[in-house]
Amino acid sequence: MLSGTGITAGYRGPVITDVSLTVHPGRTVGLAGPSGSGKSTLARVLALLHKPFAGTVEIDGETVTGFRFRARQRTKIGVLFQQPRLSVDPRFTLRQAIAEPGGDRVDELAELVMLTDDLLGRRPHEVSDGQLQRACLARALALNPRYLICDEMTTMLDASTTAALVGVIRDYQTRSGAGVLAISHDATLLGRWADETVRL
Amino acid sequence: MVNLEIDRVSVRFALKGATVQAVNDVSLRIRPGECVALVGESGCGKTVLASALLGFLPGNAETSGSARLGDVDLLAATDHELATKVRGRQIGLIPQSPASHLTPVRTARSQLEEAARILGGDADQAAERAGLLPEHLDRYPHELSGGMAQRVANALALVGNPPLLIADEPTTGLDRDLVDGLLQEFRRLVDEGHAVLLITHDLAAAHQVADRIAVMYAGRIVEVGPAHEVLDHARHPYARGLANALPERDFVPVPGQPPLLTDLPAGCAFAPRCEQATAICEDRPVLTDDPHAVACHLPC
Repeated sequence: MLSGTGITAGYRGPVITDVSLTVHPGRTVGLAGPSGSGKSTLARVLALLHKPFAGTVEIDGETVTGFRFRARQRTKIGVLFQQPRLSVDPRFTLRQAIAEPGGDRVDELAELVMLTDDLLGRRPHEVSDGQLQRACLARALALNPRYLICDEMTTMLDASTTAALVGVIRDYQTRSGAGVLAISHDATLLGRWADETVRL
Repeated sequence: MVNLEIDRVSVRFALKGATVQAVNDVSLRIRPGECVALVGESGCGKTVLASALLGFLPGNAETSGSARLGDVDLLAATDHELATKVRGRQIGLIPQSPASHLTPVRTARSQLEEAARILGGDADQAAERAGLLPEHLDRYPHELSGGMAQRVANALALVGNPPLLIADEPTTGLDRDLVDGLLQEFRRLVDEGHAVLLITHDLAAAHQVADRIAVMYAGRIVEVGPAHEVLDHARHPYARGLANALPERDFVPVPGQPPLLTDLPAGCAFAPRCEQATAICEDRPVLTDDPHAVACHLPC
């Protein structure tokens, strides 16, 4: 179980105050809320990418003691961001991007997200947003994370690519029992994707 | 008020050893008082088409066909002509992610007043119409929320009172309330007699505001017709698949992946992903000429 308890976090001032959220293995929790309500801040805390002012994060019964580069459990959590273009090194080919976490399973992962060999040889500016987000999903799954955090993963994507990526994530969940936190401002999407939805 | 007549426009990019066929033989007419949505997945050529209309294509692009706005052919016009007669005056562009399009070191007011001075508009009136309060205008771009930056972009696009507006993915990254507000604003502009070309991958937004929807696939328009008909009774298998992929419908993706724009099949570009494809699809289908047009040999 991935849980945040009493999380207060922000940058200069707090953006979220005393928020608690739990993601159980194999389940999908939706997180909704208007722009600026702190969804991404909470996601960054739960992904151990941002240290909260107060509160605790627990992963499978273990309390997290370090965030960002001090986070030992970072690899248990995969993250997908809203803008794939900002989350891939522009000098990498898609193959290198997927291999970045240190896996040797690039071909297997690429097949999972339906990227062809030709696309794997391209750099980010040579593929569409949808194709790049597929590579980001493959990268996020490379280390078999116990939890996957998708922060507005589908905002840049058309309906068909959205449905395809959600399908890949569901298959991974069925195989691995991973828990998913799906953040979106699209209530219809969360209603279809998540087992339960929390509003911030 | 004049029509925009896009007639058999193609855009190619010459790369080392390959040609990208980004836009292929696109014809589309947009009338005053009409909102046309151009939908399709990212990378299908929507933004390239908009860039071509405004003369924003990079140097390695080759265009053919014509795009007439009144007596100006936008594709043949010189950059000077576009800059002094068309951009901001005849066509207003609402760019994708407006916050990153504003000059970061100047306030919204300073940018809007500059545009008003050059285009001969009224900055205060444009700001008020876009729903901006005077105190918002004194902020720098990083101090504006997504919705406010969007309104500044709208005011900038409208200050020269252009008859045609091109909005490139204006709803991306905005939450539903902001999207609804923005679409209402577009509808109001259309009802006032503006023509709007809305480029989007958001079918729900297109359905909400557009009079007609054009579906683009691999650089071609495969279906165009009244908005509700295209979404509820799509005739092209791709348009039907796209509509069915919506979370409020089947939430099932269109199988397969779009073709590479450097290596388009000679026939129907969708045929490799199409369940209904037969030998006849090796010939390229032509877009029909009726109000609900489709480019498919075997329409649904």
